[in-house]
Amino acid sequence: MVCFLGGGLLSLLFGRRPGRSSRFGVGGAVVGSVIGLWPVFQSLGGAGTESVRLAWNVPNGLFYIQLDPLSAFFLLPVFILTPLAAVYGGAYMRSFLGRKSLRSHWFFFNLFILGMTLVILARHALLFLVAWEVMSLSAFFLVTFEHEKKEVRPAGWIYLIAAHIGAAVLLALFLVLGHHAGSLDFDQFMAVGPLSPSLSAILFVMAIVGFGTKAGFVPFHIWLPEAHPAAPSHVSALMSGVMIKVGIYGILRMMMFLGPPAVWWGPLLVGIGVLGALLGVTLALFQRDIKRALAYSSIENIGLIALALGVGLWGLTLGHPVVAILGLAGGLLHIWNHSLMKGLMFLGAGSILHATGTKDMERLGGLMARMPRTGVAMVLGALAIAAVPPLNGFVSEWLIYMALLNGGLDFAGGSRMILLLTVGVLALVGGMAMICFVRLIGIVLLGAGRSEEACNAHESSPWMTLPLVILAGCCVGVAVFPRALILVFSRTVEFVFAIPAESLMTALNSPVSPLPLLGQMNALVWIMLGAVAALFLVSISNRASRSNETWGCGYLAPTARIQYTGQSFSELIVTRLLPRAMRPKTRVALPEGLFPEAGKMTTGYPDTMSRIFYQPFFEWLMERLTRLRWVQQGKIQSYMLYFVVVLLAAFAWLAVRQWVVHE
Amino acid sequence: MSHIIIHIILLLVLPPLLLGVIGKTKALFAGRIGPPVLQPYYDLWKLFQKGSVFSTTTTWVFRAGPVVGLATALLAGMLIPFGGHWAPVSFNGDMILFAYLFALGRFFTAAAALDTGSAFEGMGSAREVTFSCLAEPALFFGFLVLAKLSGSLSLTTMLDGTFPLGAGAAAPSLVLVAASLFIVLLVENCRIPFDDPNTHLELTMIHEVMVLDHSGPAFGMILYGAAMKLFVMGAVLLRVVVPFELGNPWYDWGLFMAGMLGLAVLIGMVESMMARFRMVFVPTFLVAACLLSAFGVILLLR
Repeated sequence: MVCFLGGGLLSLLFGRRPGRSSRFGVGGAVVGSVIGLWPVFQSLGGAGTESVRLAWNVPNGLFYIQLDPLSAFFLLPVFILTPLAAVYGGAYMRSFLGRKSLRSHWFFFNLFILGMTLVILARHALLFLVAWEVMSLSAFFLVTFEHEKKEVRPAGWIYLIAAHIGAAVLLALFLVLGHHAGSLDFDQFMAVGPLSPSLSAILFVMAIVGFGTKAGFVPFHIWLPEAHPAAPSHVSALMSGVMIKVGIYGILRMMMFLGPPAVWWGPLLVGIGVLGALLGVTLALFQRDIKRALAYSSIENIGLIALALGVGLWGLTLGHPVVAILGLAGGLLHIWNHSLMKGLMFLGAGSILHATGTKDMERLGGLMARMPRTGVAMVLGALAIAAVPPLNGFVSEWLIYMALLNGGLDFAGGSRMILLLTVGVLALVGGMAMICFVRLIGIVLLGAGRSEEACNAHESSPWMTLPLVILAGCCVGVAVFPRALILVFSRTVEFVFAIPAESLMTALNSPVSPLPLLGQMNALVWIMLGAVAALFLVSISNRASRSNETWGCGYLAPTARIQYTGQSFSELIVTRLLPRAMRPKTRVALPEGLFPEAGKMTTGYPDTMSRIFYQPFFEWLMERLTRLRWVQQGKIQSYMLYFVVVLLAAFAWLAVRQWVVHE
Repeated sequence: MSHIIIHIILLLVLPPLLLGVIGKTKALFAGRIGPPVLQPYYDLWKLFQKGSVFSTTTTWVFRAGPVVGLATALLAGMLIPFGGHWAPVSFNGDMILFAYLFALGRFFTAAAALDTGSAFEGMGSAREVTFSCLAEPALFFGFLVLAKLSGSLSLTTMLDGTFPLGAGAAAPSLVLVAASLFIVLLVENCRIPFDDPNTHLELTMIHEVMVLDHSGPAFGMILYGAAMKLFVMGAVLLRVVVPFELGNPWYDWGLFMAGMLGLAVLIGMVESMMARFRMVFVPTFLVAACLLSAFGVILLLR
């Protein structure tokens, strides 16, 4: 653990060096992560906790880090995805060489990883908040790497503001907790004992808001679809693959402080999850920008994670161990799965951006033929996110379904109804995710190229395809051996939710929820696919086969522009099924008059939440705040006056207070 | 063991017969003699003898479409009990696998259609995924009713015809579920009134328009896979409608086959008596199917 920190810091120092910075930056991240993997596995294997306490020259501060199974659970995806993203990034950023300095990029990249690691390890509120800021701020600088582009800057600002609103809530949260515990040490937080129900309710809601902003819970998600597309792709992969999970980590950690879960926590999380899954997938349906579509899909998946954990908690509070185990195992497994598959998809999208210079779906197409390895990996990733067998997304989705179904059959009263309804919603979300990813794969990778750039694309370098292949391989492996993975994090479940690891493993191997059998079924699907494919190849091999143009219904001069576009693909569901508020906004200026000028049509894809809720609010706020502009005179004299006024006010307050106390 | 072998043989052999019976029924209703009942078998045989034409824009995804479609239908068929006999593979939660296997097949059929770069096929692909997205909740609510009635999450026990709550309490929900599953069956298998496989206007088709560019063995596999999907979903519906056994295993197989042929005749009759709906009304009917089976769930929970 200490070794890892050394590795991170080392890379940070080297990252500053000009010239070879990128090599050192990548190397530092890779070495640090690989070293870090060892203690993580040890901790997950049941080696107990390891901690380091150092004095820190800050009032009330203590440099106290500790590795326990919960931290290890969240560190594992960080350390797996980071080296892959770093290696990929090394090749990806080469196109900027000579045009931009990569120094700061690699410096902040390593700082970002360091911040994330520290957040997960920190056991002192002050250290936690500092690490949180390091993570948020370095992510801001990573997002705004291409700050000369018009659309990148607002994305960065939205991210920064959202991150700080979240951080402000967290600050308040830790102050309240610290006030009650008498210390800012997490050990003291644990020892504070059961808080009053109203206080723990307030703290839980604050945690949901503060950490949920980072995780991308609806309605605090608006920064996500802005920041992810703007960042360089390996950074988006890390942000979506692991950084948003840090928010989930925070919520789980907070649950440990707050003691036994209250009855309404589970339903609240289920509600947030359903809202996020539905809104995320609906908005992902019609995005033109592939990375934006992926960002919305992240919101959907975070929703699914919240839903699963919520059902698990619900089962825990109602005394249904099967539901609890299925929900929690499903949620935690989905956290890892999502890291793998969303990392894969963002890196794949980055390769496409790198090869063609655009991430606009309507300008792509036909890339499968030109980028075969990237293409295959992305198809696997899409299948995984669409949660179909035989890939890993299906395994966690299956666990979530099983939790809902078992709860729906066994719970009493109204809660049963809610869970059963959620099954239907989950099925709908699955169907919409299918539309979304068939569209993504079909429009971007298949068919004919829609622009010159797409037609001239080339496969990216092995350094960029290798991480994709590794991630795709992980997705397949998890699908076939899900039990092994659950075994790896069984200690985490024991540590956080006090469900013994042994009972978790036996429950997932029982006839009620035969997880190993599901893995075997996934393997069977692979075998069957192979067998039918072999049959097909044999049946076409000894017959005549020729190539010709696609049949154009008798039309003899087909062009790539005839193809179905991304927009037309989602037109049916958008115009027939979505409420008006959620549809993309189209503005049409028709040619008019006797000598018409060229007509114009533009389509925008605003986020529903931000358009209906945040935009009016911030506009209102801004209008109010401009009225205060006279305060800012720009004259040194008036600022001095403010100082004096504040000072006098402080004295007055002290005097009044003492007077009141003495009376 | 013997019933597993019979199961697999029936799954492999019977599906095209259903298409033949549907065709024959439609012909009789129209006052024609129609093609022989075994015509789909001849068609398949002929297609597998033919050479293939592949579009120049296509990649492996285009070839994977038929393969995945057939493989998933086969696997899904292994999860469904035929008549009163147990399915070869059965475990708690196999209903989810069942639904998602078809989703996998759909992913590749739709992606294969987009791979040709033809506007028609893109259209079909968009319709297919959109409509099935609505069919999925209907299917799941239907399964929920069955799960609730039988207290089990495995298709074999869900469909084994025992209702701990008593047949009287089960009947109203089962009727709703049967209606909903019938709509889902018609939509997913592209039958009239939701889709017309025989029209000659590509603009109005769903499934057929997706496979315009497939030829030879690939097209044969698509037809075979589609027939198998119809057969498998029909077997589910049949068990909901006829949830009892005759006692003798051989009579049960006979009842199952007679039931499946009866279902094919019913589909043929629906196809003869109804016109295809306008495309924009299909979602409305699917939402109705969802509501029907959701209402079935509510009836059980009152």
